[in-house]
Amino acid sequence: MDSVFGVEYDGGVIIASDQNNARSILTYQTNLDKVAELSSHSAMGVSGPNADLVNFSQYISKNLALYELSNNGLKLSPHAQANFTRGELATALRKGPYQVNIMLGGYDTIKNQASLYWLDHLAAMAKVNYGAQGYASSFCLSIMDRDWKEGLNQEQAVAIVEKCIKELQVRFLIAQPNFIIKAIDKDGVNTLSFGADPADN
Amino acid sequence: MSILEYNGAAIIAMAGKDCVGIACDTRLGAQAQTVACDFRKVFKMSDKIFVGLAGLATDVLTMQNLLKFRQNLYELREDRELTPKVFSNVLSNLLYEKRFGPYFIEPVVAGLDENNQPFLSGMDLIGAPVYTDDFVVTGTATANMYGMCETLYKKDMEPDQLFETLSQALLASLDRDALSGWGATVHIITKDGVTSRELKGRMD
Repeated sequence: MDSVFGVEYDGGVIIASDQNNARSILTYQTNLDKVAELSSHSAMGVSGPNADLVNFSQYISKNLALYELSNNGLKLSPHAQANFTRGELATALRKGPYQVNIMLGGYDTIKNQASLYWLDHLAAMAKVNYGAQGYASSFCLSIMDRDWKEGLNQEQAVAIVEKCIKELQVRFLIAQPNFIIKAIDKDGVNTLSFGADPADN
Repeated sequence: MSILEYNGAAIIAMAGKDCVGIACDTRLGAQAQTVACDFRKVFKMSDKIFVGLAGLATDVLTMQNLLKFRQNLYELREDRELTPKVFSNVLSNLLYEKRFGPYFIEPVVAGLDENNQPFLSGMDLIGAPVYTDDFVVTGTATANMYGMCETLYKKDMEPDQLFETLSQALLASLDRDALSGWGATVHIITKDGVTSRELKGRMD
């Protein structure tokens, strides 16, 4: 029931997700951070069961850190990170699949270009300008289709994301009071806003 | 809902006079929802060999990588290029290895052999091949594509005419299929090179 979406703009990419952690009729917490930071300049919004969400995102981010440690600080580009993530999902698919749907965003500091990738739980991958996973896609894709254009700046991209969030809060059956929004640009991964502080215990 | 119809695809490969053409749609969907309009399913393996992979998108991407890997291994060991017939056999072998847990793709291979004569083959998901000298089709709109190809095809078409025939056959077929469409790419392969063009079609 998670809502995860991403919007690319000129110079960066926004990843946003709701902060609910729930199962069946019970809400465990409303301040979960589902946008996992993978490296200094990439993050992925993950939807799915909490176990797979946490396990898979930590597995990927630790492996990316290991690559940097093993290769004298050489970083993997967002394109490489997305393909690595897809490869891990694809390998696990026929052994013990991760039931996670992902929006992966990153900023390539060498090419000075942002990119956003849509990955589903079957390990299909597409590079997109904007996208959403889960039920959110039914509500938000048309809004993004209408409002997105080339050369947006960060404020305009955030405005689109906030429009999507409002739409979900009005029309989506499941109450999602809190959303966390992160931006990835040349300065790294920044949390722009959250409904509830993930650090609160 | 068949697993082969989850993402949607439409691919045709057709033979002409000393040339082959291969065309695909560019839609990536999750059942009824369209996710991307630039997901190409035809891959260049060499100047003379193209492969089209229709079926589950994750396996399309996995198979693309596996084929490149097997092609590289072959060329390192044999110190010569793969011919389309051998490539088709490699692909068939790869698929049958997973006989009881297959990759959900149904590929077509299009290429020019050592004498620059057209080569076409199609396969099911466990690698059973069929070799033809006119056309092969695969994807979610095969009924439509067979009808169009059978009607429009003529022997020994020149590259330009092959492009027209292939494009019209594909466009008409995918316009009647909900799961394919949203753009199309056509490659015409001759001994002098490859011409790739994007088709302008209905984006629905």
